[in-house]
Amino acid sequence: MHKYKPLLLAILSVLAAVTVVACSATVPTNTATSPNVNPTGSPTAPAAGKSRLDTVISRGKLQCGVSGDLPGFSFVDKSGKYSGLDVDLCRAIAAGLFGDPEKVEYRNLTSKERFEVLKAGDVDLLSRNSTWTISRDTSLGLEFTATMFYDGQGMMVRRDSNITRLEDLAGKSVCVETGTTTELNLADQMRQRNIDYRPLVFENGDATYAAYAQGRCEGVTSDRSQLAGRRTALPNPDEHTILDVVMSKEPLAPVVVNNDSRWSDVVKWTVFTLINAEELGIDSKNLDEKLKSNDPVVRRFLGVEGTLGKDMGLPNDFAVQIVRRVGNYGEVYDRNVGSQSRLNLPRGINQLWNKGGLMYSPPFR
Amino acid sequence: MASARVPIWRDDRFWKVTLQILAVVAVVAIADFFLFNLRWSIARRGSGFGFDFLGSAASFDIGEHLIPFRSSDPYGRAFGVGILNSLKIMLVGLVLTTLLGIAAGVARFSQNWLLRKIVVVYVELFRNTPILLQMLFWYFAVFSNLPKIESRILVLDTVYLSNRGVVIPWISQGWGVVGLGVLAIAALLTWRWRTRRLVEAGDPGRAGLYILATFGVAAALILLFGLGWSLPVIGTNNQVTGGLSLSAEYCSALLALVFYTGAFVAEIVRGGILAVPKGQWEAAKALGFNNGLVMRLVVFPQALRVMVPPLTSEYLNLCKNSSLAVAIAYPEVYSVSSTIFNQTGRAVEMMLLIMATYLTIDLIIALVMNFINSMVQIKER
Repeated sequence: MHKYKPLLLAILSVLAAVTVVACSATVPTNTATSPNVNPTGSPTAPAAGKSRLDTVISRGKLQCGVSGDLPGFSFVDKSGKYSGLDVDLCRAIAAGLFGDPEKVEYRNLTSKERFEVLKAGDVDLLSRNSTWTISRDTSLGLEFTATMFYDGQGMMVRRDSNITRLEDLAGKSVCVETGTTTELNLADQMRQRNIDYRPLVFENGDATYAAYAQGRCEGVTSDRSQLAGRRTALPNPDEHTILDVVMSKEPLAPVVVNNDSRWSDVVKWTVFTLINAEELGIDSKNLDEKLKSNDPVVRRFLGVEGTLGKDMGLPNDFAVQIVRRVGNYGEVYDRNVGSQSRLNLPRGINQLWNKGGLMYSPPFR
Repeated sequence: MASARVPIWRDDRFWKVTLQILAVVAVVAIADFFLFNLRWSIARRGSGFGFDFLGSAASFDIGEHLIPFRSSDPYGRAFGVGILNSLKIMLVGLVLTTLLGIAAGVARFSQNWLLRKIVVVYVELFRNTPILLQMLFWYFAVFSNLPKIESRILVLDTVYLSNRGVVIPWISQGWGVVGLGVLAIAALLTWRWRTRRLVEAGDPGRAGLYILATFGVAAALILLFGLGWSLPVIGTNNQVTGGLSLSAEYCSALLALVFYTGAFVAEIVRGGILAVPKGQWEAAKALGFNNGLVMRLVVFPQALRVMVPPLTSEYLNLCKNSSLAVAIAYPEVYSVSSTIFNQTGRAVEMMLLIMATYLTIDLIIALVMNFINSMVQIKER
């Protein structure tokens, strides 16, 4: 009998393989009949009526893709606690959804893998200082929601290097992280000015700044906010300066996948909630007072009147939860990158629209 | 007895045929499933499959390039620059690894206690730590800590060391190299002719020795004057002219690859030599050969037979490991490709291109090594 044992095994394994194939063969038939409907319930492209929003609510936790190594935006401290502007957006969404800003699972992503991970559905959104560009918004199949931070690309050099303009970098090396628009902007600016330089392209941020700190490259380029954040982590922050030149526009916005407007609306309007709260003068300290306000605009915004939250699929008091747990945009900014942080970045164009900046929320009505 | 019917499931022939058919069906189905899955995912993500994007402008810069490259050149050319940078590290790496590995392997049999122990420490240290770590070590702990170009180190008045890399004197005249090549071939032929005379006619071989000496003098003359050595000069603005500049990234990656793979090669060489029966040593010594001659003429040629197959896989490893240089900003093919797929979003196409590139390079190496293998095997006449 044992003569046939290998034979039997072989048959069994082949049968198993065929079963697997047969089961997976449902994929082609389904897509043939309805190409836009996702047959296997894979998380990326939602089937009609099924939104990422439902997935998040039923899971009871938000999965947020962040950078994790960028002080001021998303940074993990020694105890594993996340903080930063990008992190606070994740917390604000969780507060709006569940009334608890801690119901977030963070995932550190490199700038290279971030969009693939998002598209594969492994995170619900990217809140990872990603620049909003036309090609990412269209051909990459992503959906940028609302700008959280208006940034621009800058160049950091050593104070004692006598470099004051890009032209002074001729014949020198510039460190840059791959997978970002930074690399392209740098090439464009240098080509425009006909400067012969040498790019050193690193795979991750830590290696980039380590090489700069060790003096392997004379300049390091990135978004100005990121440079300011990284500067605080260098051995002697005062020895480094950020040049005045601004090489690009970098509106940083949270990203979700295409074709899921219910979910992208939630992310978008969470950003607007932060901005609108500041505009209405509501912050985490005076919130209880404002809840008693007679102003219909405030009452509607805080969900005392109307059903703005419910219509979106959130609790009606989502704005209250967001402001109570996280604060308004001004508080978030000051705490993470502004006057109360080590970065100490001035508000600049990130001021409210009625104070000379670009932060503007469409009306809540 | 012959008329007794064998049930079909007890018939060997039936099972042989059926199993073959089932195997083919399974393979085809599985392959089709994966191909379909790939096509479906691409369609779902809304980007068609194709290589047209290689023609559009790259608009990023590459730090070092063997062929001219500007950011207005197409992606395809950028990819080519990456391949050439990879080849530059692979080819030089293969040569240096072979030299280092053989030297270290043979040194394990040296009479000199200190030398033997140094090699043991080298092999164990480099073989047992990850290569990525070694690469980062060379880059961040060695080259980055060299002085800046302003206060560079000058070695023997010809080689500059700084944290930008190494500048060495280099050849600027092509015909000198050709001359050296011709001389080398002529010397080899003379050597073989002389050996044959020595063995077959018992000729003392003086004539051959004189001819070889003449070749040697000619080669030395060409080496000194015929190659147009260009010495590096560092100008007032710290711009290097002349010589050959090797970047810190290239040197770090190369050294890491050579020392790491060299340790494995040393062990292969040691194993190959140990595989030669002791009797061969004793017989050669009985004939009056000294240790060096025993190794060179008797043991090593026989050891080659055992060494070449595992050596092939170490060479292939070196080539594949060269992609780790991306961690220290050396623009080899993987680094350039990852920039391209970031800018274009063409992950599948670029991954296929990278795979095809490494596969081609490795297959060529395997082919050459198989040829060498067939040459060193025992020839039965």
